Order: sequence, then structure tokens, then C-alpha cells
Amino acid sequence: MQAVFFYLFATIMIASAGVVIFARNPVHSVLFLILAFCNGAGLFLLAGAEFLAMILIVVYVGAVAVLFLFVVMMLDVDFAELKQGFAKYLPVGVGVGVVVLAELGFVALGWSSAPSAADAAANPIIPQMSNTAALGQILYTKYVIFFQASALVLLTAMIGAIVLTLHHKPNIKRQKIDEQNARTRENVIEIKKVPFRTGV
Amino acid sequence: MNGWASAISDFFIAYPLVLALVKSVLLAVALLIYVAYVILADRKIWAAVQLRRGPNVVGPWGLLQSFADFLKFALKEPVIPDVANKGVFLFAPFIMATLSIAAWAVIPVADGWAVGDINVGILYIFALSSLGVYGVIMGGWASNSKYPFLSALRSAAQMVSYEVSIGFVIITVLLCAGSLNLTDIVNAQDTSYGMAGWYWLRLFPMFVIFFVSALAETNRPPFDLVEAESELVAGFMIEYSATPYVLFMLAEYVAIVTMCALLTILFFGGWLPPIKIAPFTYVPGVIWFTLKVSFFFFFFAMVKAFVPRYRYDQLMRLGWKVFLPISLAMVVIVAAVLQFWPAGPAGS
Repeated sequence: MQAVFFYLFATIMIASAGVVIFARNPVHSVLFLILAFCNGAGLFLLAGAEFLAMILIVVYVGAVAVLFLFVVMMLDVDFAELKQGFAKYLPVGVGVGVVVLAELGFVALGWSSAPSAADAAANPIIPQMSNTAALGQILYTKYVIFFQASALVLLTAMIGAIVLTLHHKPNIKRQKIDEQNARTRENVIEIKKVPFRTGV
Repeated sequence: MNGWASAISDFFIAYPLVLALVKSVLLAVALLIYVAYVILADRKIWAAVQLRRGPNVVGPWGLLQSFADFLKFALKEPVIPDVANKGVFLFAPFIMATLSIAAWAVIPVADGWAVGDINVGILYIFALSSLGVYGVIMGGWASNSKYPFLSALRSAAQMVSYEVSIGFVIITVLLCAGSLNLTDIVNAQDTSYGMAGWYWLRLFPMFVIFFVSALAETNRPPFDLVEAESELVAGFMIEYSATPYVLFMLAEYVAIVTMCALLTILFFGGWLPPIKIAPFTYVPGVIWFTLKVSFFFFFFAMVKAFVPRYRYDQLMRLGWKVFLPISLAMVVIVAAVLQFWPAGPAGS
């Protein structure tokens, strides 16, 4: 049963990852990327990591991919123009691809885990503890420095994004909410008696 | 136990998948019938506020109106625009309806009455409700038309913004309950104080923020800028007709009922009776749950009837500059109170 679902999720995931690259319409690419994420979440579920599965969906599918989709829909991508430099840049692209593949190969072949990690991998979850609680306990005790450091990196990225995109243009009319809220009936409404047939 | 009953229970123990299927079908049917009457109630309440009578022709007091509407839509011809992206256009309503109904898989309508009582139930619902935005974006984009596309962009920004404050509100409840499991969250509210022990009193500001964010997350008035008639005709649904349209409408109302159910579970004690004395404790949990969900839906309908629509910049300001700081501060405050005063009001 588990194996059937594993192969189902894995096949769909790899196939949709392929479609992401080969689809002609970039919006379709993003939609298949989302399908790949969902199948990844399915694989996490099969591995018993339900917290990671849900976070993958909430963060990547629910927020990151929405922004991707947003950008791709707004861009008017011209495919003829995109394909123009294909032959010229092919050697560079292949070179980068080979280097990355070689690095991945070295890492995968030379992989060995610490003895304590191998022990933990043999019995992944302490009985009677959900993996959310287990993750929380280890993140906020043993790895709290790394956790805080990664939060700081994210904060830097966030401030950077805001600084890059925020610029105050002087001659723009903006809604001034404080002024709007400060208006009272007495200040802004004037009742006038208009004499008949004479106007104001 | 007589022969038949034990034979049936043996069968279900032997085939748990069949049992899950039967449960899911029962829940889905009950949910859809409930939604049919919720739509009718919405129209009736709205009509009553405006001193009209509302639907009153089909069946006694108009009780069969939703079914008549459904038949009408199902028998109509679906029109697909010539320039629409057909696959995505038809997939959008389908995915939206599926996701909104799927959220009910983990909702405990009474003690132990959940199809899947999973450890991360609240995260599952949060994940599915964050996926709901895709139906709107895909529908708006695939229609290949100006107003639906504008509506899709608005909804993407709106739903992502309010998800953030909903997330923080959920975190405060999780801190108090100490679990992500919906059944455990309800059980954590089961104190001897009855109604006063539920989280709506202890976390009152969060309760209000969650209610308002739920309105925004489900695109209900006063935050229905996704389909603001005066600006965008019918928003992302303009090009939809017949069955695809019905799926969108169904998804919208199921999402609203899901939000009411979440309010009930997180803040209103789920299936628990309001007072823990004899006549109230005899009533089955599922009836209390339904009553509470209907109670919250009544407020959703009343807000629709008498609150004017927000301006778009006001909507964004409310989400990012008002709700986000308040809910973020409350997460810190609740965590601090729990840490330094475990027996205090936030603890159980």
C-alpha cells in the first residue's frame, strides 16, 4: 500500500517537474511546479513527517508559488525572443549543468552520517510524541543558535527587499488615513438653507 | 448486539478503507445539504434586513430554493469563451470545490466524529484554505478577460495578506491548547466553567481578529473586492456559467462554513455544551456543533447585510498595519503569560 503510493507520488512528481521545464506556457509551468510541490508533500506524509508536509504546502504552495504565478501572469513573455540565443548559450549552460551534477555526485557518494544520527534514523520518532513536538524540542534547544541565525538571514532579506522596492515619490497623491479618521461631522459638513429659486 | 450489527462492525474492522469511504460520503452529503440551507438562510437574512421576503416560492417558505437553483444551473449549457485557456478554465472551479470540501476531512463534528483525526489537523485546514486562492487566480487568468484578471490579482493580494494574521491567531490558540490536533484543542477548552472557559473569552481580541480575517479570507462582504459589482461586474466569475459557476459558488459557501466551524472549534468549544448541567449535557455534541456553526454563519450574513464595502487600500491597511502587529504582539504576550504564569488565565 505504502509502496504503491510512493511510486504514484514519485512518478507524478518527476513527470510534472519535467513538464515545468518543457511547457510552452510559463503559467502552465508554474501550475505543474505546484503539482510537484503537492506530490513532495505526499512523499513527506508517507515518510511520517506530517509537519513538514503541511509546512511545505502552506509556505511553498500557499505563498511562494502564488507570488511566482502572480509575476509570471503579469509578464508578457515572448518565446521567439527567449529562444533566440539558445545555440549561443548552450555550451555555457551545459558546462554549468555538468559541474553542478558532478558536485551533487561527489556529495551523494561521499555521504556518511554521524553515528548518533544513524542511531536516531533507525528509530525516528520517540513513541507518544508527535513529530511537531519533536521538531520543536530539538529546534529550540540544541539548534537554537542556528534557528535564530537563519531567522536573522530571513530578516535581512526582507529588509533588503523592502529597501530595494520602497521609494518615496514626492508628487503622488496618497490616502492619508489619519486625516480621514480625524474628520468629524462638525468640521466637514455645512448645512445651508437655500432660498427657493435663488440658488446658493 | 444482534447478528447484523456485529457482522457490519466486523466488516468495517476488517476493511478500514471502506469505513473511511462510508464516513467521507456521509459527511460530504450532510455538508452539502447543510450548505444548501446556508445559502437559503443567507438570502433570507439579507432579505429580512432589507424588509423583503426573500425566496419564498419553491417549496414551503422557499425551503427548496437552493435545490431548484442547482437543477437550473446543472441543466444549463456551459459557455466556454473562445480565447480562454480551456484546460485551466475548467480546472479552476473543480479544484476550488474539491479543496474546500476536503478541509472537512479533519473537522471533528462531535467527540471522535472526524473522518481523519490527524496530529496536524489545524495545519491541514490552514494549508487547504491557503490553496483556495488558486481557484480564483486560475479562473481569473484563464478567462483571458480584463475584469476577471483584475479580480484575480486583487484576490491573490487579499487572501495572502489575511492568511498571515489568521496564522498568528491560530498560533495563540495552539499555545493555549498545546496541540495541533483539533480534538485536543476542543478538549483543552473543556473546563468546569462551561462557556466561560472557552477561548473566546480568554483570547477575546484574537477571536475578533479571526472573525474579521475569516470574512476577508472567504471574500465575504465587506471585503468582497474580488467581485465588487460596481467595479468588476462579477469578478473572476464573469465568464463562468452553468455547472462550473455552481462549483465556484459551492466552494465559496463551503469555505464560509469551514471558517464558521474553525471559529467554533478554536474559540467556542466545538461540540461542548455551553453549561455543564443536566439538560444541556443530554444534547448530542453534533447538535451543539451545528448550532454554533449556524450561530457564526448568522453573523456572517448580518455583516453582509449591513456593513458597506471597504476601499481596497483600507483593506490592505487593516490587514498589514492593524491586524498583523496586534496578532504578532498577542503571540508574544500569550507565550510570556504561559511561561511565567502557567496557572493563569491562558493556561488550562
